[in-house]
Amino acid sequence: MEKLTHIHSRTIVLPQTDIDTDQIMPGRFLTSTTREGLGEALFADWRYADDGAPLADFALNQPGAAERQVLVAGNNFGCGSSREHAPWGLVDFGFRAVISTQFADIFRNNSLKNGLVPLIVDEDTHNWLLENPGVTVDIDVASATLSLPNGTCREFPLDGFAQHCLLEGLDQLGYLLNKETEISHFEQVRRWKP
Amino acid sequence: MSGKSLFEKVWEDHLVSAETPSNPAVLYIDLHLAHEVTTPQAFTLLREQGLPVRRPDLTLATLDHSTPTVPVGSLQDLDVLSEPAQAAQIRQMAKNCADFGIELHGFGSDQRGIVHVIGPEIGATQPGKTIVCGDSHSSTHGAFGALAFGIGSTEVGHVLATQCLLQRKPMSMAINFNGRLPVGVTAKDIILATIGEIGVNGGTGHVIEYRGNVISNLSMEERMTICNMTIEAGARAGMMAPDNTTVEFLAGRPQAPVGADWDSAVTRWLSLPSDDDAGFDREIDIDVTNLQPMVTFGTNPGMVVPVTDPVPDGNGEPSFRKALDYMGLESGQPMQQTSVDIVFVGSCTNSRLPDLRTTARVLKGRKVADSVRMLVVPGSEIIKQQAEAEGLHEIFLAAGAEWREAGCSMCLGMNGDNLQPGQLCVSTSNRNFEGRQGIGGRTVLASPETAAASAVNGHITDPRTML
Ligand code: SF4
Repeated sequence: MEKLTHIHSRTIVLPQTDIDTDQIMPGRFLTSTTREGLGEALFADWRYADDGAPLADFALNQPGAAERQVLVAGNNFGCGSSREHAPWGLVDFGFRAVISTQFADIFRNNSLKNGLVPLIVDEDTHNWLLENPGVTVDIDVASATLSLPNGTCREFPLDGFAQHCLLEGLDQLGYLLNKETEISHFEQVRRWKP
Repeated sequence: MSGKSLFEKVWEDHLVSAETPSNPAVLYIDLHLAHEVTTPQAFTLLREQGLPVRRPDLTLATLDHSTPTVPVGSLQDLDVLSEPAQAAQIRQMAKNCADFGIELHGFGSDQRGIVHVIGPEIGATQPGKTIVCGDSHSSTHGAFGALAFGIGSTEVGHVLATQCLLQRKPMSMAINFNGRLPVGVTAKDIILATIGEIGVNGGTGHVIEYRGNVISNLSMEERMTICNMTIEAGARAGMMAPDNTTVEFLAGRPQAPVGADWDSAVTRWLSLPSDDDAGFDREIDIDVTNLQPMVTFGTNPGMVVPVTDPVPDGNGEPSFRKALDYMGLESGQPMQQTSVDIVFVGSCTNSRLPDLRTTARVLKGRKVADSVRMLVVPGSEIIKQQAEAEGLHEIFLAAGAEWREAGCSMCLGMNGDNLQPGQLCVSTSNRNFEGRQGIGGRTVLASPETAAASAVNGHITDPRTML
């Protein structure tokens, strides 16, 4: 994973609430056996017409969308299926952060393992971002702060361990592999065995 | 000091190391369920890093999501039965399992089926275990008093390589169900009504324990239906106290302990229920006495009403309007006037033998309406055999329904069993998201009773009129 310290980008806004992972990455794209290339399929059912042509009024199809790294979405983003194809698609498209008032647990976990920051803001900040699509925001991972062009600066919750992994580009598997002695010990001394 | 909840007991029993402010807990996993869709990238990670699977013996693998629901004799048959991408994914799973020494319950195995159906069926799902799968409906296994939750593919790789996960301890919530469940109202209606009540994000960050006399009176299959849809309320996991019903269900299953091991396991299992003075971060009471059969009308499982109600109006809220437009429904229109194109009985929510028996009870001596295509898809090969031994398939076929091979099928439409754009399906599955069952397809979630009654009438129907 690449180090992620700082994001400075204009936003794309999808105001719908409860956007589920079936919308982010429809099931028919889950036949992929790799992580790459899923950006094409991101929000496919909202993004393309029946004949596959991009729908001009969908936010991700607007000029310059491919350069934007920050998605602002309605409350409770990423609910439903555990498919990691959802964050893979978002990252492959170019996103590095999603801003909402709440994230589904599995989506949040998956995002943090792929260099995508699930950034929770209060309702006022959220409303301002929804009403001002395309503004340039600044996200500093080390201080866990979001700065808006209206002068607002907000801290956001970020688990210390996940933050460390983002900043250093660490993959959490390495941490677990280093626990091998403790894991073996646990297996030997536990009261019952599966 | 207050006592411990079921969740806390299982959590603490699996801590390789406890969490600290700077590091998450290392949680040991007793059972890892694997299927073809969410594991390929994890096996790739293992190959790249030259790592073995640490405990193949604690890994249970099957084929369910992209598998055809017509008979498959061998992997070669997929050339004609499946699209190339699906066939490749299934073959990749077979190769990954072979390369890493994992037993695959694949084609030809009696024990193949939907991953959340076969775990309990073969007795691998047991009280007090930690169970994960790259699949959010892992919550199903919580019905046994296991701590079971869905994970992403990166975490699948973590479990394959280390049998552990890095986790922060979730919060806890108790939902107490009291009162008397009316006739014709099912476990599916209980969970749909509950999601309607607390919302699709009502459980976020929490492990729910379902409690109360209503739960203790349910069969294991009914309990699984409820725990299955826990994720639809956004919760991390759902759990229920193990009791004699749990023990009786597991007795004699292929992977259940035997002899002295069985006795000590049962003693341990029955010590797991929450202590009387256990505390929860949140507590909710739901009285089921006036509950009705429930159906969804929108594009998430929280958009749900009694089948006898009209479509609500949602106060003109934009995402509500968008959902009704997608569904082709109008506020105020009685749900029961909605005509139906497809009926799907299946999925890890409602594809077990009792679900098929109820479906058959409604269909017996009746016909599926001419305008309706009905699919009945058993959750596993074993269920298929049992249903056939009871002659249920003859009732389905005589009524004009299709009787298919086990798998996820139209629950997520990955295997070719799809809705066409605009078709409306009454489905016993768990998700009515836009396009879930096929691009442009419309899903109404309901119990098997409601699904079967709707198939007969060709429009959404209160099953109590046919019991
Ligand atoms: S039946 Fe549906 S919900 Fe259950 S595991 Fe299969 S696809 Fe997922």
